[in-house]
Amino acid sequence: MGGKSEPAKSESMATTTTSPDLINSSFFSFKSLKLKTKQQELLLRISILGLVYILAFIARLFSVLRYESMIHEFDPYFNYRTTLFLTEKGFYEFWNWFDSESWYPLGRIIGGTLYPGLMVTAALIYWALRFLRFFVHIREVCVLTAPFFASNTTLVAYFFGKEIWDTGAGLVAAVLIAICPGYISRSVAGSYDNEAVAIFALLLTFYLFVKAVNTGSLAWALASAFGYFYMVSAWGGYVFIINLVPLYVLVLLITGRYSMRLYIAYNCMYILGMLLAMQIRFVGFQHVQSGEHMGAMGVFLLMQVFYFLDWVKYQLNDTKLFQTFLRITVTSAIMVGGIALGLGTASGYISPWTGRFYSLLDPTYAKDHIPIIASVSEHQPTAWSSFMFDYHILLFLFPAGLYFCFKRLSDATIFIVMYGLTSLYFAGVMVRLILVATPAVCLISAIAVSATVKNLTSLLRTKQKVSQTGSTKGAGSSKASSKVTLDQSQPFQKNGAIALLVGVFYLLSRYAIHCTWVTSEAYSSPSIVLAARGAHGNRILFDDYREAYYWLRQNTPTDAKIMSWWDYGYQITAMGNRTVIVDNNTWNNTHIATVGRAMSSNEDEAYEIMRSLDVNYVLVVFGGVTGYSSDDINKFLWMVRIGGGVYPVIKEPEYLVNGEFRVDKGASPKMLNCLMYKLCYYRFGELTTEYGKPPGYDRARGVEIGNKDIKLEHLEEAYTTSNWIVRIYRVKPPTNRL
Amino acid sequence: MAARIGIFAVVVAVFLSIPAFSSAQDLQIVNAERRIDLSSHIVKDFLTLKVENIGISPAAEMLLAFSPTQIKNLAMVQALAITGKKKKKTYLPLDVKPAEQPDAPNDTGYYRVTFVSPLGPGETVSLEVLYILTNSLEPFPVEITQSESQLVYYHDSAVILSPYHVKQQTTFVKTPSTRVESFTSIEPANRAGKEIKYGPYENRASYSYAPVIIHFENNSPFAVVEELVREIEISHWGSLQITEHYRLTHGGARHKGVFSRVDYQSKRSVSGASSFNALLAVLPPRVNSVYYRDDIGNISTSHLRTGFRKSELEFEPRYPLFGGWRATFIIGYRVPLEDYLFEASDGRRYLNFTFGCPLVETIVNKLTIKVVLPEGSKDPYAILPFTVNQDLQVKYSYLDIVGRTVVVLQKDNVVPTHNVPFQVYYTFKPIYMLAEPFMLVSAFFFVFVASLAYVHIDLNIARK
Repeated sequence: MGGKSEPAKSESMATTTTSPDLINSSFFSFKSLKLKTKQQELLLRISILGLVYILAFIARLFSVLRYESMIHEFDPYFNYRTTLFLTEKGFYEFWNWFDSESWYPLGRIIGGTLYPGLMVTAALIYWALRFLRFFVHIREVCVLTAPFFASNTTLVAYFFGKEIWDTGAGLVAAVLIAICPGYISRSVAGSYDNEAVAIFALLLTFYLFVKAVNTGSLAWALASAFGYFYMVSAWGGYVFIINLVPLYVLVLLITGRYSMRLYIAYNCMYILGMLLAMQIRFVGFQHVQSGEHMGAMGVFLLMQVFYFLDWVKYQLNDTKLFQTFLRITVTSAIMVGGIALGLGTASGYISPWTGRFYSLLDPTYAKDHIPIIASVSEHQPTAWSSFMFDYHILLFLFPAGLYFCFKRLSDATIFIVMYGLTSLYFAGVMVRLILVATPAVCLISAIAVSATVKNLTSLLRTKQKVSQTGSTKGAGSSKASSKVTLDQSQPFQKNGAIALLVGVFYLLSRYAIHCTWVTSEAYSSPSIVLAARGAHGNRILFDDYREAYYWLRQNTPTDAKIMSWWDYGYQITAMGNRTVIVDNNTWNNTHIATVGRAMSSNEDEAYEIMRSLDVNYVLVVFGGVTGYSSDDINKFLWMVRIGGGVYPVIKEPEYLVNGEFRVDKGASPKMLNCLMYKLCYYRFGELTTEYGKPPGYDRARGVEIGNKDIKLEHLEEAYTTSNWIVRIYRVKPPTNRL
Repeated sequence: MAARIGIFAVVVAVFLSIPAFSSAQDLQIVNAERRIDLSSHIVKDFLTLKVENIGISPAAEMLLAFSPTQIKNLAMVQALAITGKKKKKTYLPLDVKPAEQPDAPNDTGYYRVTFVSPLGPGETVSLEVLYILTNSLEPFPVEITQSESQLVYYHDSAVILSPYHVKQQTTFVKTPSTRVESFTSIEPANRAGKEIKYGPYENRASYSYAPVIIHFENNSPFAVVEELVREIEISHWGSLQITEHYRLTHGGARHKGVFSRVDYQSKRSVSGASSFNALLAVLPPRVNSVYYRDDIGNISTSHLRTGFRKSELEFEPRYPLFGGWRATFIIGYRVPLEDYLFEASDGRRYLNFTFGCPLVETIVNKLTIKVVLPEGSKDPYAILPFTVNQDLQVKYSYLDIVGRTVVVLQKDNVVPTHNVPFQVYYTFKPIYMLAEPFMLVSAFFFVFVASLAYVHIDLNIARK
């Protein structure tokens, strides 16, 4: 589709410059309906934007067509559950919600530990639709929130592109971002996560800020403050804005681009944005107390110093005097700032940078210090292949776009260059931050495409004109001959331009094909339902997760406590409606480590831990029968590591044999007797999973298991799903002691 | 005459306070044969009675008596009169109504059967009575493990409870398998294969009662729908949307201890014999857009077979149901309007749809049918062959302003024999059908007018 709307765009540019006479001659019969060139261009632009808007929406509906209208993955289930609560109980109940169903026995203050932007947005859409007498289910609203906001993002991208380059670049940017896999991966229908609205908010804030810097208008600055507020309410990634914008301002100051426009834009945006952001309980006073936000404050103060100096310079009219004054002021300002920062940090008023922030700057930090961050697959450093997968041709267009940006340097292009470079660095650090870099990459690539196509078409058009005049009037005209002589210096210019244009369109169409393929094959799986191809090419669905969660919901006491690894916490509370010990909001490392310790201890020790946590059921995910590889046995080393990080009795080497993780006969005795191993492989030794293999053959790891005679003393099998993916065990009450 | 008064006096003496039925003892049952079918969890009793009027005045009706536990679980009573000889038998349905008898002995419950024509003195009539009992099999042991099979108790009387004298009677009890742990023996009684025979007993006085307990194996699926809400939404644009919310449970012996997937997979014959994981719903023909889901999404294990007479939806809950386990789910489908909505001669419209539950061999403890009439419908009323609670509600659906009238029909203890047609009459003006399209059109119209106005009106304060 990118390829499809591409010719339309070039057509629009062609029509803008076609002479009105041509239109007159071809549309003479519709004289009364005739549109002016400008109107035609507007009409084309609006219809292209409209098509892109719809395209961005429907491209994200693959998941609904392939599977069903459902919430995907892990975090979205929490968001869905809270949205449900919000729509049922109202905002105040939501804001003051203490959730006793998670983190038993600690509980969680939901209102104070979440970014409410997404839920409030979905609830507002839901209420608005109900007000308009569209009685949709809240689930449908949640499922379609992400595609809806992706569509809105394309509009913002258009305006952003228009602001930094021209309307052509804006249109290309809208098309590119509409189908870019890097963005689609997080915004397919059902991916009801903070990022779904946050990317829209991020780009909107940036656009409004750039607009404010370009115009110096207080209104745009105010709008960007509100955009920032929305971003803060929606996603923790707002830290990127509050660091990138000051950095950008700093760069402008250093490069001597300080202006009154910048002063107004930044001050208004920072102060109002900060005050508004403080209204979010989860963020609170971080803007004045946390180390991550201090840069913005420093730049704000620096800005005042600049303004003051400007004023002094204006008053003094003496260069030498001003130079000394400048030296004194700058030194003292830096000193005062440094002392204040030092005192604040020393007294503990200003908190130091958090581990998450460090791990962003230094890719190796998390691996050594915070295993719980490193254990998440989307926090791994990005492989080259995933850049190629998510960006495709944008990866090559990006440097070209940078070239064009540097060639036509302005306040706006400096911003997009900085946004692109910094976000690309972060994208390299963490897989999931590819998402943040995507808008920048799309915009810069759009500049490359637009500028190239524009140059090429203008080249073609001048040539055509020449050849036309040449054919009608012959070579007699002096004007034409002079042009011909000019063009003779580049003999194959026209052919070259045509070849290049064809090349560009070929690339763009490849991009469109790639995006469609990636969306339909890779990014539309809900990961709750697993699909596989059967022996006859038929589609087999493994719906074991929901089977297990629904079993929990219907057939266990309502106050049952479920222990599982934290990955499944949100899903159990949302779908199973039962209390969990730990969940995906990994706020308490010790609690998670306790669960990790229970899983890696032997049954007796684990029983003591489970008794102390009032656990009634234990849930494990096991892929040995189906060959599903992201199961608990493969995650087990992280449980050991996280458990061992808090409880030194758990030692990772004891679970390894010569540094190798094994589950077969050669596995370490500690491994063969730990709770996780027992629960996963209980009675698995009696089962023949694959023809021609011995019973107890683990298909996920391709080995025959080492301990086939597993006896459970304190637990009993309560339920195992039809494909064995989820196994639930009941913790027996203690036997009477005589 | 004197003898009759004498009998009357005896009855009074036995039961202290005998109801003063008119001509209660004018009837006697010459011959009674009862067949009790215990093969599923729905108990079906077939009674063949030969009734004789031994009084002097014609009798227009007779009473059927039920013990208090039976009357509580009684789902349905039907009676047929048999006329004609062997090969030319014709059956005439008779009117059966619950009857209140003041001072009924020991809380006995009654149903009154009205004959086609009053029975003259000395005449006899043959009747076929079918009554259906639910929740009458009591699991014992109450909890079983996965490998055990389910045993149940059935309580009844060896002789027929009747307000009349019964000259001769026999009772046959059919059990689902040959495994009968025990049964109360009241001579003459014997058991052969799947059948236990009580009787024949001669000359039993009215209100005779001989309690028996049969303890036997019954592994048929005890599928009990605790609550079923069926919503039938009529759209005059051409379809009927039906949404059914089920709360299903396994009503048999509760599952105890371990559920082992290995055993369930590999030793299916001895493991979880009383559990079930497949259900069958009989849906109307020409059904379309069928879905099967629950609170957390689609359930992908279902097959639909459509046919000319009926459609069959074969589906599985997310997990097999063992004793005491629950599952809730929703089935929805759409049928063409012309098959079910008709216009009466007086211009009213009426919906003709099937009552009851589409699931085969299932008891519904509480059934609610909501018929959502189109917006603007008036004067609704429902016609049913049996008594149900009726109520009116208002529901708001897409683009509704005043809301839709909902006829709510509610009945407890519903069995498959309740799947009979019922009608809901209402008046509706076709002009209301255009209200919603008109609203949409006008909304779009206003959007365009507003944008036109916005483009053409200059809102700037400052002069350009």
